[in-house]
Amino acid sequence: METVVFSLLNGVIYGLLLFMLSSGLTLIFSMMGVLNFAHASFYMLGAYFAYTISSVSGFWLALIFAPILVGLVGAATERWGLRKVHANGHVAELLFTFGLAYLIDEVVKIIWGRNSVDYRVPELLDFPLFTLYGTQYPAYRIFILFVAVAMLVALWLLLKRTRAGLIIQAALTHPEMVGHLGHNVPRIFMTVFGVGCALAGLAGVIGGNYLVTDPAMAISIGPIVFVVVVVGGLGSLEGAFIASLLLGLLQTFAVSIDASFADIFGWLGLGETTEVGRITIASLAPMLPFLMLVLILMVRPRGLMGDRDI
Amino acid sequence: MSDMATENFANLAPSNAQKFRMRVLPFVLFAAVAVLIPLFGPSRSAYSLLNAIGINIVFALSYNMLLGRAGLLSFGHAVYFGLGGYAALHAMGMIENADGGFWGSVPVFAMPLVGFAGGALAGAVIGWPSCRRAGTAFAMISLGVAELIAAMGFMFGSIFGGEEGISGDRMNGPEVFGLSLGPIGEVYWFIAFWTVLAALLIFAFTRTPLGRMSEATRDNPQRVEFVGYDPTRVRYLVFIAAGGFAGLAGGMSAVNYEIFTPEALSLLPSGFVLIMTYVGGARYFAGPVLGAIVLTYMQSNLSDFTEAWLLYLGLLFITIVMYAPNGLAGIVAGLWNGTRATGMAYLKTWAARVVAIAIAMVGVIVLVEVAVRKSNGYGEVFEPFGLHLTPGSPLTWALVIVPLIVGLGLLRHLARDEQEAGA
Repeated sequence: METVVFSLLNGVIYGLLLFMLSSGLTLIFSMMGVLNFAHASFYMLGAYFAYTISSVSGFWLALIFAPILVGLVGAATERWGLRKVHANGHVAELLFTFGLAYLIDEVVKIIWGRNSVDYRVPELLDFPLFTLYGTQYPAYRIFILFVAVAMLVALWLLLKRTRAGLIIQAALTHPEMVGHLGHNVPRIFMTVFGVGCALAGLAGVIGGNYLVTDPAMAISIGPIVFVVVVVGGLGSLEGAFIASLLLGLLQTFAVSIDASFADIFGWLGLGETTEVGRITIASLAPMLPFLMLVLILMVRPRGLMGDRDI
Repeated sequence: MSDMATENFANLAPSNAQKFRMRVLPFVLFAAVAVLIPLFGPSRSAYSLLNAIGINIVFALSYNMLLGRAGLLSFGHAVYFGLGGYAALHAMGMIENADGGFWGSVPVFAMPLVGFAGGALAGAVIGWPSCRRAGTAFAMISLGVAELIAAMGFMFGSIFGGEEGISGDRMNGPEVFGLSLGPIGEVYWFIAFWTVLAALLIFAFTRTPLGRMSEATRDNPQRVEFVGYDPTRVRYLVFIAAGGFAGLAGGMSAVNYEIFTPEALSLLPSGFVLIMTYVGGARYFAGPVLGAIVLTYMQSNLSDFTEAWLLYLGLLFITIVMYAPNGLAGIVAGLWNGTRATGMAYLKTWAARVVAIAIAMVGVIVLVEVAVRKSNGYGEVFEPFGLHLTPGSPLTWALVIVPLIVGLGLLRHLARDEQEAGA
């Protein structure tokens, strides 16, 4: 029971963090057809910006300004980089973001060093909130939960209840028609790209001190975010939300299951000392997202809730 | 009417001289260069660089069968390279332990064939689910599969050897062409033989009906289907062949380095072969060859000069994607055609552009090098040509800002001139 409750809590928090990253990527991917390889790099930039700002002024200013900075960098990337490459097709755009991810990685290593930086949870939130089964639960994790849910609600309101959201939703599926109606589609693209990167930056601000802030954080989470977007489906934030929670829970539960293949398939005659028998479910956890990606693309290429194939 | 049409078609076909110039001569030259290199008595390090280049040429050419010819962007091509290499290393192990029998008569020289079989087999298994879709879906599946296989590599120690990998010994079994494969000079002949042969075979592949159909599938899959071919099948067969040649390169690498680790299956080498091919020029057959030569040279030499060589690589890659999507081969071809069409005028603007880029590069290099040294924190100072460039000195900033402004301004000016001339 104890493991189940803790896995549930941690899994939901990890899933929400994934959703903060993937919501922006889903918007960008559905609208522009660009799978932004550098999206996780913007997440990393968010964490590092927050580290620098918070060491000067404090965490709360970083929470506001770091995502804005990342959003500006993202908008500039779209304006002066991606838009130029657009004429050469989607593969060129994908390769551009691939190179950009490379570049951001190296620049981060030069500016902030190769090792992880000491980006800490703010003191105000650094206390155990409640005790469950004799284990203290940190308040910061619940804070992540709140920020993620607040962002989710704000994004939902923005998209479903405002005029700007209406235009963005229309541009997701029918960019040409929106252009014909007289809207400045390139500017919408730039804005969405910037906002999407800012969301990734926000995820970095609150995830960087929860997980770890080092130059490898982009590479470690980037592919998982792709999986969320592909599994969730094109053009569907709801799908991305479900897929994030699903992956978050799946990975967290897999890590906590202490069983090996021999325990499960022992009745088939699989010995405990054989190489296959020794594989534990926990060690499979990092592979699960990719297994899911390959299966979804084979069985249901439009993802869980997507409105079209990739 | 019909006579005229036939006549015109006959005229459209390349003449024998053209065929020789386009299809035979480059390979004769390539082979001649490969044969002539040892006459200059290269040093040990030169030999090991040449061997690495040979392996990367085959690897990049096999990747271009997918990217350039079939239009399939793969993020997991190193999987086939690695699996081919592992197959070759296991075969080398069997040769070492053979007591006569079948493996006792197999020369290590033939290991690239084992690699080819391993890579093609892996391609046949993995390609089956992934080749149904092209474009982004294919790219994503290749990424997922690469992550899966790389994770598996660390899991199954008896096949992949865990963290330290498995190693072999190339000096076993019967000798071919009198090569013991002991000294690196003899390994060079082995690499050169297989590089030339593989390049020839890959070129021959592009001339087969299947190779032609793969290009058609890249450009217009609907029409290919309409004409009666199955795009999935075409992609699948090309994928197997590309996997096989990647495995062949893996087999060459197994003999050259005598070791393989699960790292070789991961996303990093997959990304590197993508960069090599694209920087070289995916639209040209010679592009990947050029890319492999330039980038392997950069990898082994530039990394001695600067720690930030990956940053330069990223900058080069992004610049190529943005401004020269046909790669280095495209630049060379453009220079050749432009000079032939408009003569010296083209050469002049081209030279002006090179000068502008070089000026801007000075600024970038000073900035990066000073920043790298500051970030290391050892108090080391960047001292090119006897200058003493500390992070705080005004000279440093002048050397960063002035060249950048002058270089980029000049490039802008040139681009505007060209636009006006074009309009």
